[in-house]
Amino acid sequence: MKRRRLTRRAFLTTASATLAAAAIPSASSQELGEPPRPYGERSPFEQSARFLPPSITPASSYSKTPLQDMFGIITPSGLHYEVHHSGLPEIDPGTHEVMIHGLVDRPLIFTMDDLHRLPSVSRIHFLECAGNSGGEQIGRPAANPQRSHGLLSCSEWTGVPLRTLLDQVGLKPDAKWIVAEGMDAGRLARSIPLDKALDDVLVAYGQNGEALRPEQGYPVRLVVPGWEGNVNIKWLGRIHVVDRPFMTAYETGHYTDLMPDGTARQFTFVMEAKSVITRPAGGYQLSGPGFYEITGLAWSGRGRITNAEVSTDGAKSWLDARLNEPILPKAVTRFRFPWWWHGKETSLQSRCTDETGYLQPTREELVQVRGLNATDHYNGIKIWYVHEDGKVGHE
Amino acid sequence: MNKAGLFIICAVIALAAPTAAQTQRYNLGHPATPEKIRELDISVAPDGSGLPRGHGTVEQGRIVYQTLCANCHGDRGQGATHYPALVGGQGTLPSKNPVRTVGSYWPYATTVWDFVHRAMPYPRPGSLSANETYAVTAFILYLNGIIDEKAELNEATLPRVKMPNRDGFVGDPRPDVPTRKLNK
Repeated sequence: MKRRRLTRRAFLTTASATLAAAAIPSASSQELGEPPRPYGERSPFEQSARFLPPSITPASSYSKTPLQDMFGIITPSGLHYEVHHSGLPEIDPGTHEVMIHGLVDRPLIFTMDDLHRLPSVSRIHFLECAGNSGGEQIGRPAANPQRSHGLLSCSEWTGVPLRTLLDQVGLKPDAKWIVAEGMDAGRLARSIPLDKALDDVLVAYGQNGEALRPEQGYPVRLVVPGWEGNVNIKWLGRIHVVDRPFMTAYETGHYTDLMPDGTARQFTFVMEAKSVITRPAGGYQLSGPGFYEITGLAWSGRGRITNAEVSTDGAKSWLDARLNEPILPKAVTRFRFPWWWHGKETSLQSRCTDETGYLQPTREELVQVRGLNATDHYNGIKIWYVHEDGKVGHE
Repeated sequence: MNKAGLFIICAVIALAAPTAAQTQRYNLGHPATPEKIRELDISVAPDGSGLPRGHGTVEQGRIVYQTLCANCHGDRGQGATHYPALVGGQGTLPSKNPVRTVGSYWPYATTVWDFVHRAMPYPRPGSLSANETYAVTAFILYLNGIIDEKAELNEATLPRVKMPNRDGFVGDPRPDVPTRKLNK
């Protein structure tokens, strides 16, 4: 309560200072400001927020990141997207444990203290829900970047390489997969091939310099770089080393893409190269002809982004955008592109290429292969339409 | 190079060597006892490993279902606006309006058991006993015409149930869109 009052007072003080400054210059400009506070909050003028859909099952729902309001590549932890299926558990890190068992020489239980003592790394990676922008594929384009692509965020994650933990328990020769399980109410579980587990998976307890947020799996989660969000098990409690996938509900009944011939793809782990212009984009009002910087995000689950291109003339021509450093593997890359709007109707779109040489496809190219029944793992080009009045929209 | 420099180089090599090894052990973590593993391990594989002993009939499942599941999924598993249908859709997967349900889509009966046991019923996940889970799984499979009305499921019979879409899954062929080189 105290913090809320302070914030409100800070807002009133700032607002009246602004008004007073306009009316009687300098009269109130020497009032003292607020003292330091133990945990900082953004300016009360900043109202950017996650989008929450109306839901009658709020414990099984999602929130979307306001990409149009973001700068740089790091998503503030309080605006990171979330999807959960059984609500947010409240977990005491003092009693939380991670058990590793199955096809191992020495089944072990790690406390949070154990995890903090082990050699750690920090890496920047994106997380993207498999279903991000799935509505675009089936012909329901969303009106702004948050609604169309907001199941994407990017953070610096700190933790222990899963490989280090697997070294502690010792793998038996027939170990081929792991089943990772969360300690949320529904004990969400996913199978992950051992090759990936030994490659770059993190058992992460840090997010953007502080402990994970509860929405992101506090006190510890898996980060599976470049792979669909659902396998990045939050509230990690158990890793079962096994010899084959266990075919859990979220790798059979869900997150498998149904093709036009009635077959479904499994396992579709990697999130392919994708980009979106975040500003000016749907919901933005151009204030008149003149200069605007176009900016957006590009990312690939297969590695680094090598190129991002922008078209401002309905895909007749494509020009390279400037990629902002750092350009990191399996992280979002910020691109920027100078643009003079001449006051005419046009469209804005971006496409990216990753280090494997893969070029982000159009929606039509994807639909031709995958049809209209699959809504996960969609990575088509997103088009924003600029109207003569300066309004930018999705149609 | 003086002796001190040589000593530092040797010390650095000595310290670096263990971290370079693939299987460095730190003696952290404590043993997971068989009892602890039994307590926490709830995962079930398609061959039935992990299934606890137990049994349930379609008739018993009907009662569990009507009491705990019908409120959201409908009295015959038909679903509702915000809740998935559990029944129907067989033969619709290649159509323009595919209906993906446990009956038409899910490839393994063990997955139904595992998911119901860990994550259902929605307001109180994990509250069903093993016998209740066998029973309600039997009822859902019966509603889909997959097992007989007189059937009973247990740890031996459940993995032998062949689901209609068992062979409906294919590997990931991506990149599936022809990769074009940039044309500049």
